Amino acid sequence: MKEFAYFPGCSLEKMASSYHMSAMETTQKLGVKLNELDDWNCCGATTYFYIDELLAYTLCARNLAIAEKTGLDVVAPCSACYKNMFFTAAHLKKDEDLAEHVNFALEEDNLHFSGNVKVKHLIEVFAQDIGPDELKSKVTKPLEGIRIAPYYGCQIIRPQKEKEDVEQPQFFEELISAIGATPINYPLKMRCCGGSLIISSRTAALTMVRNLLQSAVDNQAAVIATACPMCQVNLEVYQQQVNLEFGTNFSVPVMYFTQLIGMALGIPNKKLGIGKEFVAMAPTPLAVETAWGLPRKTK
Amino acid sequence: MTDTITFGQEISNLLHAAEGEPLKTCIQCGTCSGTCPVAGYMDNSPRQIIALINLGKKEQVLESNTFWYCASCYHCTVRCPQEINITELMYALKRYSIWKNRYKEGLIGPTFSEAFVKMIVRGGRSFEPVLATSYIFSFNTREFVQEIQGATELLLKGRLPLLPARIKRLENFRRMIGRIIPMGGLE
Repeated sequence: MKEFAYFPGCSLEKMASSYHMSAMETTQKLGVKLNELDDWNCCGATTYFYIDELLAYTLCARNLAIAEKTGLDVVAPCSACYKNMFFTAAHLKKDEDLAEHVNFALEEDNLHFSGNVKVKHLIEVFAQDIGPDELKSKVTKPLEGIRIAPYYGCQIIRPQKEKEDVEQPQFFEELISAIGATPINYPLKMRCCGGSLIISSRTAALTMVRNLLQSAVDNQAAVIATACPMCQVNLEVYQQQVNLEFGTNFSVPVMYFTQLIGMALGIPNKKLGIGKEFVAMAPTPLAVETAWGLPRKTK
Repeated sequence: MTDTITFGQEISNLLHAAEGEPLKTCIQCGTCSGTCPVAGYMDNSPRQIIALINLGKKEQVLESNTFWYCASCYHCTVRCPQEINITELMYALKRYSIWKNRYKEGLIGPTFSEAFVKMIVRGGRSFEPVLATSYIFSFNTREFVQEIQGATELLLKGRLPLLPARIKRLENFRRMIGRIIPMGGLE
């Protein structure tokens, strides 16, 4: 059994609890054990880095140090947490002075980070450690005929880490194919959801959300699959506001990729946190609804 | 000791691990501006901001909303043919403007960021309801009502926390922060 340290991040505690639930259920079913870090703190999103870079690295390093104690690589389901932890680990490894300063602060919590932790995004565990073939072999209820838009968003892929494809990655599509569904190709799959601009520059962010939804709908997506709580909230929770602002009529379900994988593995909806949706599961083609008896949009 | 440090050098110094002045290598191709999903809302496009910095137009840069409109999506960064980390530059400009206490009026970003950091320093974890008070009153009536409706629905779906989560070793955590920002972790 593969084992990882798991950093859920603040969103997964409540706002994205369905992501947490479905992550735990699906990994368990696929023989991967996720051990939640003891007493983790917020990764800082992007905002710490705006205010104080050294503080930002220290807060990320605390989580990395806690993970290092377990001797396991650490997995983050949120793209922002992942990006922050990945690059903090990389910078601290490269920059001895920075590492020394940060470790001086970590002493106060009896911690030390020596740079021996690999940071992964949850979707990489599925794409690499489990792999689409292994996933396919475990599928009991293939999502046949369901057109799923893989939404990569920003910080899983960017900035570039090594030489990986940052323009046309395919691993999300491969996972969707593995569960029997049809990955759709749409031009905005790598575009930004607006992130925290939804608060600080609302009009700009709502436009970005609208464009994304339009691109997915134009390509007949029945559902958008995400791998980030921020993307999920922007695309789903703010869909109503997009409709009000632009006079559109979007009603696109936006689900965590782990929820879709969970369905294909035959895990009951309730255990995947299905039912907490906002735009609810009023899917574009009726097939989604009738296939699994998903709850209708309640209004 | 020189007293003639240029604005461009000042900003370069704020880029993590910057060697020399990366902005000077900009060829003004505009790939960043063409890629940026928010460029249409910015006072100056990313390409223009780099040009303005290189020209030493400090006042114009600080008056611009550009860096506060950056969503940190790194799309420009992965495409820059000169490998300038433009997103990192936007972070540096945000820090610079907070440090100088100079930013365009009416922006939510600076106050929101500060409220966020204070919240984490206090409890170690994010708590959305407290965060909301830092921006909700800057919204106009229509936005305000929509945001409250959204929050209410989240609450009904059990997706909003009612009590702030706190880490267990909070005392250690605050002392740790105190070693980075003296007195920062102490109230």
